Amino acid sequence: MGITTIVFFILSAIAVMSAIMMVVSKSPVHSVLWLIAVFFTISGHYILMNAQFLAIVNIIVYAGAIMVLFLFVVMLMNLNVESEPMKNYRIQLAGVVAGGSLMLVLLSALMKTDKLMVQLKDGDVGLIRQLGRVLFNDYLIPFELSSVLFLSAMIGAVVISKRDK
Amino acid sequence: MQALTNRLKQVERKPMSLLERMYLPAIFKGMIITFGHMFKKRPTINYPEKTRPFSPVFRGLHILNRDEEGRENCTACGLCAVACPAEAITMEAAERKESETHLYREEKYAAKYEINMLRCIFCGLCEEACPKDAIYLSETFAPADYQRKQFIYKKEDLLIPNPITDPEGYKKAAGNRVQLNANK
Amino acid sequence: MLLAIDWLFILEKFALILIVVMGSLVIAMYATYAERKVAAILQDRRGPNRAGPFGLLQPVADGLKLFFKEEIIPDFSSKFLFILGPALAMLTAIMTGAIIPWGDKVQLFGRDIPLQIADIDVGVLYVFAVVSLGVYGIMIGSWASNNKYSLMGGMRAASQIISYELAMGITMIALILVTGNLSIKEMVLQQQHGWWNIFYQPFGFLIFLICAFAECNRTPFDLAEAESELVGGYHTEYSSMKLGFYLFAEYINMFVSSVIMSSLYFGGYDLLPFVDESKWGLSANWMALIGIAALMAKVVFFLFFFMWVRWTIPRFRYDQLMNLGWRVLIPLALINMLVTGGVILYLHK
Repeated sequence: MGITTIVFFILSAIAVMSAIMMVVSKSPVHSVLWLIAVFFTISGHYILMNAQFLAIVNIIVYAGAIMVLFLFVVMLMNLNVESEPMKNYRIQLAGVVAGGSLMLVLLSALMKTDKLMVQLKDGDVGLIRQLGRVLFNDYLIPFELSSVLFLSAMIGAVVISKRDK
Repeated sequence: MQALTNRLKQVERKPMSLLERMYLPAIFKGMIITFGHMFKKRPTINYPEKTRPFSPVFRGLHILNRDEEGRENCTACGLCAVACPAEAITMEAAERKESETHLYREEKYAAKYEINMLRCIFCGLCEEACPKDAIYLSETFAPADYQRKQFIYKKEDLLIPNPITDPEGYKKAAGNRVQLNANK
Repeated sequence: MLLAIDWLFILEKFALILIVVMGSLVIAMYATYAERKVAAILQDRRGPNRAGPFGLLQPVADGLKLFFKEEIIPDFSSKFLFILGPALAMLTAIMTGAIIPWGDKVQLFGRDIPLQIADIDVGVLYVFAVVSLGVYGIMIGSWASNNKYSLMGGMRAASQIISYELAMGITMIALILVTGNLSIKEMVLQQQHGWWNIFYQPFGFLIFLICAFAECNRTPFDLAEAESELVGGYHTEYSSMKLGFYLFAEYINMFVSSVIMSSLYFGGYDLLPFVDESKWGLSANWMALIGIAALMAKVVFFLFFFMWVRWTIPRFRYDQLMNLGWRVLIPLALINMLVTGGVILYLHK
């Protein structure tokens, strides 16, 4: 067992534990913080696959931007255990069913993978050069479309903020 | 409405020009001004090392004066206590014994002499009232302390150093003011 | 397998990490001293001059004072998060030092030791990731204080950092278009013999500088700790060394952003532009020393600049801050990026 494998198992254990804690913890702020921990461990996994770019982008986008907004909202709403209305029994059941079926789908997808998909330590798919080549050769049109979408969203935000004058 | 004075000034509210709206030239100007202040002379005086000179009429802590032979001038006549508007001075008189002629100039002396520096307003009336040249306001001021009782200065605290045994200390404590008044 | 690790390599990196962390702490300490001294000098005062010669021991005295102050944890705060806040702020402030090339390399015991803890090929993005994480320390601390003023300060800090990160990122894209690289080491190497990036991207640097001020929560953008409105801002409830961590983190952030600006736009450890220093025939160790000195000189200038601006410009209002970020800097950064891209495209044709 190499050091990479040991790190992989430690990271996985932390990831799974954090994910469970995220679901279980009562305070929404704690849930958000556990989710951030999950993102970090996932970034750790990316680094184990030598995919530095993906790891960093995962942190910037998810932990750095989206979760900050989540935390922002949760903190401002000041959600507590007391202030949260009791969920309907049926809604809870629906949640369990939906979550369970998602897990089933994921499990079956995992069962079907017959070979080792991920190359640990030495892979170079996640490096920025390879990634750029793949994005700009094989997936040029979807990449450009999505970047135009993001750009227009950003310009839209600026325009909306200018309109109230 | 008619203006009461002719000092009314209309505030200009025209929209800012592009250069003004960029802010950066104004910020740059401000930064040059603050940078210029680096080379200005600082008016601060490094206090404990350097002190500002007192003016010759400065009235500070009291001292009880001695004559050239080191004898106390005070005769406990009580004129200073009467003159004091703040009633800060108390004293008790005693008769000089035969063996104490080298300590006290006259036959009566102050056995106890206290000034409450918290009451004292440093007006200098005691100094003016004294017929014996015995009390002066020196060029120091009362230092801060933690307790009120420390501000009641006893005779030992007030007495000037003996000019015979400690001429330097005497000179220092006497300062300009004792000489100034002695020459009057 | 465990024994297959290059232990000397680990030792070397460990020493480097220790030096960098201790160095940034000491520099942050003396930045507080410099701040007070610069403030005093710009305001015709003398500044701290009691502890030691010229008051040089003042930061030590301040640190000791902070350590010996009573530590107060509010009853209604969530205790773990209350402690986590300043710890995170400090951690993220120090973490950036890992990818900064402090110098070229030194030769010790027959080994070439590069003066950079980790040369990852996405260095610039790493900086962004760490900067965007920096807001968590403030947010968690402010929320855990269970105080309205703290929460307001934390919210301001968060929205400010998110808003200005966008403009900063777009300016960064323009710079990356010029250098064609994401590794900070590579960027510095490219600037070694020729033009510094500031000559290619003067406008981008200006935007980056303004955003750096906002990201560090420095005046004129220090709304998160606007004491006239928010008592002490996000650290209202903090005392003792936990407060010290927040204040220290601010100065380390300042230091790190100065280093980043020097490395990205001013040639990093390059002494002079247009001059090939390697032709002077000095040994590698001397070159490294000169390089570190050059970098530090630039950093000291930027630190002074931070302070100079602080004692010149008054604080922005919140709506002005957001207007500047969204309506001015982002469009300008976009234009800068498009023009840069266009010029590069034209030159490559």
